[in-house]
Amino acid sequence: MDQQTRIQADQVSYTYEEAAAPALSKASVTIREGEFVAVLGHNGSGKSTLAKLLNALYVPTEGKILVCGFDTAQDSHVWEIRRRAGMIFQNPDNQIVATIVKEDVAFGLENLGVPTEEMIPRVESALAAVHMSRFADSAPHMLSGGQKQRVAVAGILAMEPSVLIADEATAMLDPSGRREVLDTVRALNRQKGITVVWITHFMEEAAEADRILVISDGQIVSEGTPREVFPHVDRMRELHLDVPRMTALAADLRREGMPIREDVLTVEEMVKEVERLCPLKSAT
Amino acid sequence: MLNNITMGQYYPVDSPVHRLDPRVKLILTIAFIVAVFLVHTIWGYLLIAGFVYAVSRLARLPLKMLIRGLRPLRMILLLTFLLNLFFTAGDTVLLSFWVIRITREALRQAVFYSLRLVFLVLGTSILTLTTSPVALSDALEILLSPLKKIHFPAHELAMMMTIALRFIPTLLDETDKIMKAQMARGADFESGNLISRAKSMIPLLVPLFVSAFRRAGDLAMAMESRCYHGGEGRTRFRVLKLTRQDALACGCMALLIGLIVLEGILLR
Repeated sequence: MDQQTRIQADQVSYTYEEAAAPALSKASVTIREGEFVAVLGHNGSGKSTLAKLLNALYVPTEGKILVCGFDTAQDSHVWEIRRRAGMIFQNPDNQIVATIVKEDVAFGLENLGVPTEEMIPRVESALAAVHMSRFADSAPHMLSGGQKQRVAVAGILAMEPSVLIADEATAMLDPSGRREVLDTVRALNRQKGITVVWITHFMEEAAEADRILVISDGQIVSEGTPREVFPHVDRMRELHLDVPRMTALAADLRREGMPIREDVLTVEEMVKEVERLCPLKSAT
Repeated sequence: MLNNITMGQYYPVDSPVHRLDPRVKLILTIAFIVAVFLVHTIWGYLLIAGFVYAVSRLARLPLKMLIRGLRPLRMILLLTFLLNLFFTAGDTVLLSFWVIRITREALRQAVFYSLRLVFLVLGTSILTLTTSPVALSDALEILLSPLKKIHFPAHELAMMMTIALRFIPTLLDETDKIMKAQMARGADFESGNLISRAKSMIPLLVPLFVSAFRRAGDLAMAMESRCYHGGEGRTRFRVLKLTRQDALACGCMALLIGLIVLEGILLR
């Protein structure tokens, strides 16, 4: 494992107690520093299990996971792993511990035993990074879902992690809250070089990732950039997964015989393709 | 409707009493309770009354709010007064008819015992009115931490209090939601006698409990993933610092106790 590798999972399987089939079987993943990787899968596909394995909340029943060089199976590494690979969860209400926003952001630092003088600037800069400084003294229950998730991100950020794992962090939010959280995390990925593992079932979110892993029935069935993964429209539908609307439209048009590019993801790209294929005739 | 609930009794204004260190306030309240028990004369009670009045002025607490704290105690107060009045033995008879005999000593004891109760409640109300529950749980944790040596879970207790405070509004919101959902399906929470009304709570309580347990599981996982591993090796974001005002407050309390003891010796 070289310096740049953040997460390396090697033939990892995990079976829940009293479950017949493994939730995840023989999954191998390598995630490098600074990558934004989306993990896509429908409900019960094993994507949340993968997230919990990466944070040492679960230990693989088979195989081995290295997070920032630490083996998750070793008890003595647990806190090192969790400090370096922070995790935000689905329900914004159920991950905020303190009664005041800035105190919640400090929770992780308190657990790590960071001295108080050092805590204050770290909390402030974490809140500033997610644009929540204005709410530092608010009570969490007065915030919107998107704001709560940004507080959760700040709580992880204060611990200065190198990996951020988001386990369906936007699933319970409205569209504007979803945008808000994704944009915040994207910016952290670009500006601070934090590696992101973004677990989701929203295609549009996955389309913005550098790389997509598609999980189905506990297996990684497809892997690549959004432009490599989504054009396989039929294959994705077999897996009960959607593809971005424009990619689906491009596939339909190709079926009708139009020589359109198959890796169209956004409306803008679609407009460009259509213009290329049928240039507007100048008025006669 | 549930968004602006105030938690506990806390009356949030800025005052010198509010700003005192919660640990100091907690200890001073205990000292005050001791002082109340030291009083044996009407002058002593006047001193205590003056002190309570002065502190409540300083804390900018409306007197009405303090008095309201006594309301739940009115039956106990009445009972204390009457029992002491009728059943205390004494020599100087003030009033005597049928089986009732009221003596001077009994009257004195009835008045004093009732006053003692009143001042105990007023004194502790000042503590809860001027100290936020979070600050109070902080103070408790620090004051109880020497007991950790005998395995008393001081940190765990404070953490539980904080989490409870954090989830009260969340669970209230949820109760409201479930209630509306059940009412939309024809549940009736308001009519009927006590038993049928208690029964109608079942469709409210069952989903509430299920969700509370789910929340607890989620929260435990979220806490663990943020490296929570108990109170050991933990630092604090909120630090309590003793100031000159805290010393001053202690001085005032010492003065009060001193005066009460002195007055007890001189005026007995």
